Amino acid sequence: MPVLGKYAVTVLSAYGLSLLFLVGLVAWSYLRWRGVKAELQRQEDSQDV
Amino acid sequence: MSLWEYANPRRFLGLSERLLPGLSVLSLLLLTAGLIWGFFYSPDDYRMGSTVKIIYLHVPSALMAINGWIMMLVASLVWLIRRHHVSALAAKAAAPVGAVMTVIALITGAIWGQPMWGTWWVWDPRLTSFLILFLFYLGYMALWHAVDDPDKAADLTSMLCLVGSVFALLSRYAVNFWNQGLHQGASLSLDKEEHVADVFYVPLVITIGGFVLLFLALVLLRTGTEIRLRRISVLINRGRMT
Repeated sequence: MPVLGKYAVTVLSAYGLSLLFLVGLVAWSYLRWRGVKAELQRQEDSQDV
Repeated sequence: MSLWEYANPRRFLGLSERLLPGLSVLSLLLLTAGLIWGFFYSPDDYRMGSTVKIIYLHVPSALMAINGWIMMLVASLVWLIRRHHVSALAAKAAAPVGAVMTVIALITGAIWGQPMWGTWWVWDPRLTSFLILFLFYLGYMALWHAVDDPDKAADLTSMLCLVGSVFALLSRYAVNFWNQGLHQGASLSLDKEEHVADVFYVPLVITIGGFVLLFLALVLLRTGTEIRLRRISVLINRGRMT
């Protein structure tokens, strides 16, 4: 761990919040993609029947 | 082979699913390498101390916030001129990604500004134009949701995107137009006085590469989602009519 000195809270909060937003964005995009892909498959299967 | 072939949704989906795994892995590698290098192995700045490490998040996210809007502008122009649905959906897909990049840039800037400038926020030209850009992102997404007819929504949001481009460019060049602002000059510049020191440059460029690839991967993924949602609504409408 680097020595962040008196700015430790500043640096760590910037990294923590940014990574939270990035991970949240990736997870949201992926889960939505997976859900919509499955829904389209269901719709296409029901049209074929 | 022409680029316009990918205006065909099926071709676009095929291409994006071939590109996505490689883009995702490369983006993750670059982000991990750049952030670990920047956080653990780059030195403190003699004036800013360890807060200089925030540059590895602030600069790439701000770059992607501005360039994300420029990408939306190009896609919107393609929609307005050539009426390719995939381009309108790509612009729609990019908006939430650009908005999150803008939020990260604003938050990291405020967190850095508090100890360095003594304030979380100032109505500086660059900060203000960046905040307005964020409001344009919100307005753009709200407009897509507010209009039921997808073609009309694409027309209106494309026009909004053209207007918002003024603020995307302002937020990039505001420090050059006005010199009374508090925000320093560009970190990556041909001017040696402005340009970030070499010791911070390499991890910064690696992280920027990671952010660019992450943006591209997310836009491809989300455009695929939008194309499929459009297909679902077509199938549902067809089912209702039969």
